[in-house]
Amino acid sequence: MSSRFRTSLLLIGAAALLVGGCSREERHSRSKPIGETVGAGPSPDTIFPGGTAPPPLDARAKLYDNNAPAIADGQQLFTQINCVGCHSHGGGGMGPALMDDEWRYGSRIDQIATTIAEGRPNGMPAWRGKLTDDQIWKLVAYVRSMSGLPSKDAVSSRSESMSGPTPNSLTAHSKPQPSDTAQQQ
Amino acid sequence: MTPYDPRADEQRLARERKKIVRDGPDLTGARLATRLERAWNRPPGLLGWLATVDHKEIGRRYIVTALIFLALGGALALVMRLQLARPDQDLVGAARFNELFTMHGSTMMFLFAVPVMEGVAVYLIPLMLGTRSTAFPRLNAFSYYMYLFGGLMLWGAFVLNVGPDIGWFAYTPLSGPQFSPGKRADVWAQMITFTEISALAAAVVLVATILKCRAPGMTLARMPLYAWAMLVVAVMIIFSMPAVALASSMLISDRLVGTNFFNAWEHGDNLLWQHLFWFFGHPEVYIIFLPATGFVSVIVETFCRRPVFAYPVVVLALISTGILAFGLWVHHMFATGLPRVGYSFYTAASMTVAIPTGLQIFCWLATMWDGRPRLQVPMLYVIGFIVTFVIGGLSGVIIASVPLDLELHDTYFIVAHFHYVLIGGAVFPLLGALTYWFPKITGRMMDDTLGKIGFWMIFLGFQLAFFPMHFAGLLGMPRRVYTYPAGLGLELPNLLSTIGAFVVGASVVLFVVNALWSYFRGVPAPDNPWGASSLEWAVSSPPPVYNFQHIPVVESRTPLWDEPDELPVVTGLRVDEKEMLMTTVVAAAPDLREPVPLPSLWPLISAIATGVLFISSIFSPWAVAVGAIPAAIALTAWFWPKELKRHPEPVLS
Amino acid sequence: MSFDYQKYQSAFGNAGVGNHQFLVLFAIFLAVCAIMYVAVILFLVGGLLRRRRAGEANVVESGRHLRSDPLMRTGLIAWGAVVGIGLVALAIASFITDRLDAQAAAQPKLTITVTGNQWWWDVQYNASDPSKTLRTANEIHVPLGIPTRIILRSNDVIHSFWVPSLAGKEDLIPGRETDITIVPQRAVIFRGQCAEFCGVQHAHMALVVDVDPYPEFVNWWQRELRPAAAPTNPLVLAGYRVATQRQCASCHTIAGTPAGGNVGPDLTHFASRRSIAAGMMPMSEGNLYGWVADPQSIKPGTKMPTIGLEPDELHAVVAYLETLK
Repeated sequence: MSSRFRTSLLLIGAAALLVGGCSREERHSRSKPIGETVGAGPSPDTIFPGGTAPPPLDARAKLYDNNAPAIADGQQLFTQINCVGCHSHGGGGMGPALMDDEWRYGSRIDQIATTIAEGRPNGMPAWRGKLTDDQIWKLVAYVRSMSGLPSKDAVSSRSESMSGPTPNSLTAHSKPQPSDTAQQQ
Repeated sequence: MTPYDPRADEQRLARERKKIVRDGPDLTGARLATRLERAWNRPPGLLGWLATVDHKEIGRRYIVTALIFLALGGALALVMRLQLARPDQDLVGAARFNELFTMHGSTMMFLFAVPVMEGVAVYLIPLMLGTRSTAFPRLNAFSYYMYLFGGLMLWGAFVLNVGPDIGWFAYTPLSGPQFSPGKRADVWAQMITFTEISALAAAVVLVATILKCRAPGMTLARMPLYAWAMLVVAVMIIFSMPAVALASSMLISDRLVGTNFFNAWEHGDNLLWQHLFWFFGHPEVYIIFLPATGFVSVIVETFCRRPVFAYPVVVLALISTGILAFGLWVHHMFATGLPRVGYSFYTAASMTVAIPTGLQIFCWLATMWDGRPRLQVPMLYVIGFIVTFVIGGLSGVIIASVPLDLELHDTYFIVAHFHYVLIGGAVFPLLGALTYWFPKITGRMMDDTLGKIGFWMIFLGFQLAFFPMHFAGLLGMPRRVYTYPAGLGLELPNLLSTIGAFVVGASVVLFVVNALWSYFRGVPAPDNPWGASSLEWAVSSPPPVYNFQHIPVVESRTPLWDEPDELPVVTGLRVDEKEMLMTTVVAAAPDLREPVPLPSLWPLISAIATGVLFISSIFSPWAVAVGAIPAAIALTAWFWPKELKRHPEPVLS
Repeated sequence: MSFDYQKYQSAFGNAGVGNHQFLVLFAIFLAVCAIMYVAVILFLVGGLLRRRRAGEANVVESGRHLRSDPLMRTGLIAWGAVVGIGLVALAIASFITDRLDAQAAAQPKLTITVTGNQWWWDVQYNASDPSKTLRTANEIHVPLGIPTRIILRSNDVIHSFWVPSLAGKEDLIPGRETDITIVPQRAVIFRGQCAEFCGVQHAHMALVVDVDPYPEFVNWWQRELRPAAAPTNPLVLAGYRVATQRQCASCHTIAGTPAGGNVGPDLTHFASRRSIAAGMMPMSEGNLYGWVADPQSIKPGTKMPTIGLEPDELHAVVAYLETLK
């Protein structure tokens, strides 16, 4: 059997390997048209009644968590919606720093989403109704990337702000300090 | 340890010299063939196949792999044409369509066009020049493996949904970290690194072979025109590839570690990308076209039964095209707002490059006029080439003008232009060349009837597919769009293009069917079925692994026509070890006997190590440092000196 | 209502000085190139059809393969000369056209700044009096016969401004400022399109150019300077509330209302434009409903999110948008 056939078999085999696709690269440009304005489910906050385990991770997490297009869109929205007005490019100002490992209200992706949507005491406005859920979750994905929480290959290496801060892809992965023992991840 | 005794050493060497067996009047014919085969054959089995350094085997691999990529890229084109057949269709979404045209362009330009030209050259040049091997055979093997791994990486990424979607030219900032999230653009940039290293390695092999390994008597003025074309092309590759390698490395650096080469907000420049890319990109298309002119010269000579008219003019046209090609690149950037006075220089240069090509065309037509053309399949492809390529060349003259280009740039007029010059100017001669040399490579003739049907199908299908694109561009259809609105008059040209594209696809399938059928059932071919004049037709079809029993001596441009009975030869090369004859650069006087490397796995291992280095550096910058270690080890093992004893005769290595 | 795009995105529109020069030069080039092509084909056909007996041809079979027809050498020189002279002539014609274009573009009377975004056009009309500066999107009105200079910038990636029936194209490059001057010669509506691959919805980044006689152009400018119309009935008022207090205001500006976002196109006089979403579809009530309800299904990947309005909110918002004339 000549080299001609071996090469062609190799390449056909590779082409047939239609694996389901890499979730890091998947673009989710659709969001559900109905249901965006429906109230959020059980709060994933760190403080909750009952003393049992916190609610499970929202089903939307895996669509946004290590998703490169979501993080990139969130990076654009961060400046466009003027999060930089209070948080600067992660270093904080009027608002707390987002690049560090201190998370007052939790660093889980749905906890940060609640922070943005509902607002928090001491000045974080509520953005529900001003941003769609899809936009909020993209911002969350980006905010998490500022502390090195998602995997490195989903994160842009350039911070796109003025030169100075370490690129997000080179930020060391830091375990966030738990503000209480029930916090996950 | 005994002290070194020079006299004893000399006596040992003298004894060894007497034992060396060389070809000559007393060792010839079948006995010589057996001895040579024993020395030149590679070990059988899978490991021997992977370790080969035989240029014919490597050339065949290049050609087959490139034709597979042609088919894959062509399939993508058919999907795109289905999507564009009617306005406002949704067969393929926007994001997927962007991946399709990126993969189509990158596959055709980097994985088909340049490698197939290199592969045919790697196969043919030693045979045409009368020598037993290329220079640097292991580098040759390494270049194939790098090409294969780059192609597999790109297509593997595509099927795993990490394929690039930034266009084959990847303009920043769209391809930068901000607007191309994820790893798609990094995959594209590393594919460039693989194919650029492969092309550079093959170019070095070709330059060294053409300049130093010709048959005695084959002065530069007696060299076949195809060899001249490949010499010019190889030098062009060496000068142009580093520009795109630099650009893609800067892009990888921007994306991987946050540099700002192309970040305008930090005083980088997006036009830097365009300049670097097109400084490579324009010579690239001549790198694809000039080997095809070599094919045309050879085929015209054989089928018109006379050498090409005005050989010196053709040679000078090749060289001047190669040089001029480096001065045109800004014509891809006429819309970027650079000073108009500067643009007029590039308009002038872009038009000037039409002159040497026009002179070459005259020489071919004059050869036909003076000779007796035989309209067999390779000659049909040459005629198709002239009819088609000249249209493309003239549309190129049109878009060399700045006011005209500003309307036509980035429209389907450009798509029509470059397919006319690339398919008409390179693929038609390539198909003719494959038909022409098929008997030499495989030992069988391709079927004549299928060949003629295939030619007419691809010629007419091509015109139907691409001529309407001129009108689509003039009617306002930009490039790289996944759909277009109804009511602009674009429906008819797009529908015709789609139909024509499928005819072209069918004709490519027919060519492959013809090749496969002929490989198994074709008429067995004699040594010189076409009655050609160059040295490769002096050996059997297919050639023996050692090419020539004795190295021929050449006394004219058409050796087989001027010495039809028996070629003069030189004797004295070793038959117990692999050895080839090196000659001087201009006059081709015998210069050195050079040992040829044995089959080796180190090129494959080095390619694997380098490939792992490149692919892992998509994900982390540390891979560059860590991955360099196995690559360095493999290269060191490859180049480790083989013998420490004194060789019985002075050698170059 | 829809309008007839046909022939107003083609290079044959011949409606602007730039495009007119293109057509003249294109005709010259086409004529010269056609003559050259015919010459090549005649030579080719002649060579193929020429009948010569075996003994007379300069081929290897007759042993005369090293000889050539003596006319060939003259032919080669003549051919080279003709090609060279032809190319020089074409280059001169091209240069002259270039200079004519530059002359026509000298002394523009009006300056517009167009900023490219992924996948819409931000348009600002500059005036010496800042209170007359006008901001709009995706549609340009220009006066007939008057040179208009368009300054081109980009907020994100490289785009290209191209209205084929008026003039050639010019790229919008982030970090650089380029410009193009157009001199329209016919008072009709043209369609242009982005001509540099700029991402997922590059195919749907079109713009509309409306050429008006000068008095009408001035009237248009005056109308556009007025703030948005105030709501006059309850449905429109409800839509006004949604538009200024919900997601719309985060990205869009409607002059004269609290909505002051800077991310998306200015909507102050949205309903007077001829297309929605950068030339994607004609302006109509049905298309407005579709766009506001679910932009992602019409232009997948666009930056405008699908908000998920309730049906009565949708009615209200569309009713309000339609009053923004």
